Amino acid sequence: MAYSEKVLDHYENPRNVGVIEDDTSVGTGMVGAPACGDVMKLQIKVGDDGIIQDAKFKTYGCGSAIASSSLVTEWVKGKSLDEAADIKNTHIAEELALPPVKIHCSVLAEDAIAAAIDNYRQKNQ
Amino acid sequence: MSNIKLPIYLDYSATTPIDKRVADKMAQFLTIEDNFGNPASRSHEFGWAAEKAVDEARQHVADLINADPREIVWTSGATESDNLAIKGAAHFYRKKGNHIITLKTEHKAVLDTCRQLEREGFELTYLDPEENGLLDLDKLKAAITEQTILISIMHVNNEIGVIQDIEAIGEIARERRIIFHVDAAQSTGKVDIDLEKLKVDLMSFCAHKTYGPKGVGALYVRRKPRVRLEAQMHGGGHERGMRSGTLATHQIVGMGEAFRIAREEMATENERIRMLRDHLYDGLNDMEEVYVNGDLEHRIAGNLNISFNFVEGESLIMALRDLAVSSGSACTSASLEPSYVLRALGRNDELAHSSIRFTIGRFTTLEEIDYTIELVRAAVEKLRDLSPLWDMYKDGIDLNSVEWVAH
Repeated sequence: MAYSEKVLDHYENPRNVGVIEDDTSVGTGMVGAPACGDVMKLQIKVGDDGIIQDAKFKTYGCGSAIASSSLVTEWVKGKSLDEAADIKNTHIAEELALPPVKIHCSVLAEDAIAAAIDNYRQKNQ
Repeated sequence: MSNIKLPIYLDYSATTPIDKRVADKMAQFLTIEDNFGNPASRSHEFGWAAEKAVDEARQHVADLINADPREIVWTSGATESDNLAIKGAAHFYRKKGNHIITLKTEHKAVLDTCRQLEREGFELTYLDPEENGLLDLDKLKAAITEQTILISIMHVNNEIGVIQDIEAIGEIARERRIIFHVDAAQSTGKVDIDLEKLKVDLMSFCAHKTYGPKGVGALYVRRKPRVRLEAQMHGGGHERGMRSGTLATHQIVGMGEAFRIAREEMATENERIRMLRDHLYDGLNDMEEVYVNGDLEHRIAGNLNISFNFVEGESLIMALRDLAVSSGSACTSASLEPSYVLRALGRNDELAHSSIRFTIGRFTTLEEIDYTIELVRAAVEKLRDLSPLWDMYKDGIDLNSVEWVAH
């Protein structure tokens, strides 16, 4: 299968790989399952002003899953939680030119953002 | 490194290049300058010459498997041979019984043919292999009923390269007067086949896994004791009525030449290939969390199917763009189901998704294997750095205890 330039770029040079040390300003979302062939872990660090200052990811999955998570770490930075929650899988799929069989990777990335935001909000109720 | 041509082909179980000696021979059966006749033409020199070439090829195929040339039926490939053998025998012997036994790790050409027979009213038993991929003969014996007319078990598995004990299975089948079919698409030139000794009734072959052309194969149909088949392709009554259709002389000649070469060279070739495979295995096996799929002893020389735990197979293949290999992961398919062969061995989904099949062949070099080792090690390391599962493993978390949010 041919990958788009953008998928290849994110795959070759993934942005924001890593782990943020956990505290109350950090939201962590982990979605997917090993049995399905992909697991995404997305972390966001939120400032006092409610803006996402940093994001990191780790992903087990195909190239499109890695690219989708790498892309969303770039996109969520500088956004408020509500703005970040507005990132939809269609945006991700379009940006990376994902073929139909890879749409689930973008869905997973959207889910990962939602899970990370949820986790942050639970900690900071 | 400088003289390595990329990508490196390590997918010999998918197909092999045609050996140049085979291609040269095939080219003599095409144009007006060549021997282009129809082997079925009885009235002139063109037909006779083509028939002679087909007879020679039939002899070469028979020689490799120690059979009588009259037991060889030309087909379009192993898929057709499997269809003809299984449907042909089931339909012919259906008055005797309606039960067929096969194995879950068979090729789809066998499994889907069996599914079709189920739709026609036959009863099927799909046996589970052991964890090492091999069939437990006691399980086979236990599955046999009064109604069993056919057992179909492959010789060499295409994914994991394990070799089934077809000698012992043949004894069990013959004793009970059950027809025994073997899909041997992956074994010619790799494992000795002696049909004088083996109690195999039907055996499927193809040319393109043994340095011959695609689009040609053969079915061995035993004469003593005689095995009968109902034809699946009707027409001019070629191949003693078992498979009609004008013989593809150039393809058949190619298969004959490929099998002739295999017979002459397989002993030395397999020794060399085994050395390369072991070198590859040694180069990868000292990494953490690496698992070989399938038995290492009862296995063809050229196959290494290996799982790199916590690394997804498709992303690994992407990192290994300079290698032509295949993966047991199926992230591209709609189902997301990993290899059914690895699942049948009881491998968990993670390990099945993390598998890569390397298959080594006639033109693989030591330099290529050294380069492969380097590439794979670097790619696995990179992807593990990216893998949340690797982190969890390193933190001592049991992945089975995690409640995953499946999607």
